[in-house]
Amino acid sequence: MTETLLIEGLTRRFGGHAALDGLDLRVDAGEVFVLLGGSGSGKTTLLRCIGGFETPDAGRIALEGVDITALPPHKRAVNTMFQSYALFPHMSVAENVGFGLRHAGVGKAEAARRVAALLKLVRLEEFGARRPAQLSGGQKQRVALARALARRPSLLLLDEPFSALDRNLREDTRVEFLRIQRALCIASILVTHDQEEALAMADRIGVMQAGQLAQVGTPEDVYERPASRFVAEFMGMANFLPAVVRERGRGTTLLRLADGNLPVRSTCAATLGSQVTLALRPERLALGGAGENRLEGIVDGVSYRGATLDVFVRFGTTALVVRHPLGNGAGVPGAGAAVTVSFAADAAIVLPD
Amino acid sequence: MSRRALLGLLLPGYAFLYLPIALMVVFSFNDSKLVTAWSGFSVRWYIALWNNGPLMEATWLSLRIAALSATMATVLGTAAGFALAHGGPFRGRGAFAAVLSIPLVVPEVIFGLALLLLFVAGQALIGLPIERGFTTITLAHATFAFAYVAVLVQARLADAGTDLEEAAADLGAPPSVVFARITLPLMAPALVSGWLLAFTLSLDDLVVASFTGGPGATTLPMRLFSAARLGVTPEFYALATVVLAIVALALAGAWLARRVAVARESAVE
Amino acid sequence: MRRLIVTLPTSWMAVFLVLPLAIVLAVAFAEATASVPPFALGFNLGNFATLVADGFYLGTFARSFVVAGVSSALCLVIGYPMALAITRAPQAWRGAFLTLVILPFWTGFLLRLTAWIGLLREDGWINTVLGLFGLGPAEMMYTQGAMYVGIAYCYLPFMILPLYARLSARDVALEEAAADLGAGPWRVFWRITWPLSLPGVVAGSLLVFVPAMGEFVIPELLGGPAAETLGRVLWGEFFANRDWPMASALAVAMLLVLMLPVGIWQWKQGGER
Repeated sequence: MTETLLIEGLTRRFGGHAALDGLDLRVDAGEVFVLLGGSGSGKTTLLRCIGGFETPDAGRIALEGVDITALPPHKRAVNTMFQSYALFPHMSVAENVGFGLRHAGVGKAEAARRVAALLKLVRLEEFGARRPAQLSGGQKQRVALARALARRPSLLLLDEPFSALDRNLREDTRVEFLRIQRALCIASILVTHDQEEALAMADRIGVMQAGQLAQVGTPEDVYERPASRFVAEFMGMANFLPAVVRERGRGTTLLRLADGNLPVRSTCAATLGSQVTLALRPERLALGGAGENRLEGIVDGVSYRGATLDVFVRFGTTALVVRHPLGNGAGVPGAGAAVTVSFAADAAIVLPD
Repeated sequence: MSRRALLGLLLPGYAFLYLPIALMVVFSFNDSKLVTAWSGFSVRWYIALWNNGPLMEATWLSLRIAALSATMATVLGTAAGFALAHGGPFRGRGAFAAVLSIPLVVPEVIFGLALLLLFVAGQALIGLPIERGFTTITLAHATFAFAYVAVLVQARLADAGTDLEEAAADLGAPPSVVFARITLPLMAPALVSGWLLAFTLSLDDLVVASFTGGPGATTLPMRLFSAARLGVTPEFYALATVVLAIVALALAGAWLARRVAVARESAVE
Repeated sequence: MRRLIVTLPTSWMAVFLVLPLAIVLAVAFAEATASVPPFALGFNLGNFATLVADGFYLGTFARSFVVAGVSSALCLVIGYPMALAITRAPQAWRGAFLTLVILPFWTGFLLRLTAWIGLLREDGWINTVLGLFGLGPAEMMYTQGAMYVGIAYCYLPFMILPLYARLSARDVALEEAAADLGAGPWRVFWRITWPLSLPGVVAGSLLVFVPAMGEFVIPELLGGPAAETLGRVLWGEFFANRDWPMASALAVAMLLVLMLPVGIWQWKQGGER
């Protein structure tokens, strides 16, 4: 699989602060790559550098093998879908979608054909003559997408495309987008701060932190095997317990929790004798159960979540959150009850300190 | 806020603003020269106004100066506003913005004096301008007004943000096309209101024109001013009513045009 | 293309704004002569000396400050309630209200001043009405009061618009929170609305104060001989006395005095960002 985008050592400074700090990135042909990060992580700056709206202070950007670092936006085979949609208010939907074709050497008849086809693709065939002011948020978003696809770019950039939509619409729109993306097989970079969205949409995720990529991998990689506490926390709720690595065996590591010196077995490799942080995802913990790791504790309280129940268990000075599935007639433990929390060895994620 | 309280706060202010105007309109139709007694409806003052040669001449001169200087001011102001909004941190930007604000804060007497001295120096050193009058007043008015236009344009561009221009560039439009097809149409409302503002400022100006003008170039405000010192006759009120009518008509026209455009857009559905 | 966009206004400003002010500065140091033009360039401090020494000029400065200050205050008193009321009006009406505030401005201030002359004259409308009640004719023309009324009348929109801009951007939730915590309407205004609107008040006041200091036409038409503002004095020096150097020196002094409040305000604005 050839790479569509290759970035090396990208740096961008604002004043004394480095928004991008020697970043390397590779995006493969046809894949959906999600840049996930909080505000200030540099994800938007990175997107703008790729689009050509920011000039990096150092580094190289290559699109399909060609160095585009110095090219202005209108000469790059990259198209952007803006967070605010940026639809031209004084042009109709059809004129918006066809705008890019005027400068692509496409004849009028061909352009009209393509516009019609694109509008059909985003299910807005009847809307060609309307103005952006007459569209709903979801419709504007689809026009913005159609417009960005018109020139058949090698790379599509999407800046928080779903954040302005309400919850219900978001799910449907995501599915729609993936359908179109798979059909056209365009490499896409999607920027978001919503880890749920990233997990649902990405072929690969790049978690950004302070201008660098903290981890790049498939959604499972990043969720189940986070490289650091930052990534683990960003990807979802987790319990963090300090521990020390006591023994190393084949495929298994024995740790001792700092609190109470309790033993925990993990499938993660770790350096003998090192201080580490043990991350446990609440949904991998069970009350009772057959996991090889067991911890005894007292229930502090519960929080009803509809499909699940968050159970707060305390042992020693440590508090754990266990996500207990409901709906199978399983018993609900009350506050003060003594419980055993069990989990498998591969649920014990070891993170370096 | 209750309707009563609202009107209570606004009515006195509007009364203050409009009572004099209302009185002017009413008494412009007064047959008597005395502004205190009503002696019948008459349009004699409008006829007198029309027949007032010097006043009509001055009006025509002022209109020409206003139109020309407004156009110059709009071109200059658009460039300046654009430079400030989209030019990034160019060298000397601070000084540029500071000098641009001079016409906005400097009292007219100083502005007029300064420009007159410029023209005098010009005449002495390079023989230009040949004489003071139409040209010098127009140049002065353009300089005065373009700062206002720049403020309007810059505000409008800052408001609109760079998104749309970036989107156009992203879609392959080179900078000149971006400017022509995106920036300019978006700035259009600011350009129109800027031109109108510059036009009004020029038409209304007395002090700067007095300083920078010369014999043979008497503008409408200059005529009005010297006449007002002698005594105010209902001819003034007639003129004021005419101006008010033109402005009101223009506003009504603009409002109607807006309504038509909005109606047309929703009819597309 | 980009360079042209910057060069065009820059060169214009250099020729028509910077150069003229430099010439004013030069002429301020010149000597008045009887030639054409009526001055001889040189290094003469006489004009500035007179400005500082002669009580007349210092008095004029003081008087202009008072005029400008009172005018600002007057515009504020009339304009603030109006601006506030408009922000509380239903959204659909606000445009109309604002247009009504600006509309008089489009009709030309000289003509509107003539209306005030008609109102205030000895045989004007106000006195006619007073006469109906048997009250004697009040002498209103050519007084300080008439001048203030005229200035307030012409400058009111310059106070209302920045005030409205600031007030309409305010967070009404803050006032609601104060009321929720037990503050009556007056307290809400004094402790919340007013302090938060101060930048708008300052902006509006500056837009009235600075031009009012150099105002010429209104004091000339409506004020009496006692209303000698800097604008009238400068005009007089130039047109009546043909003393261009003196007028220039006065202009320089005015600029120095005026640039101070504006400069401080601009500086603070820059810091606010």
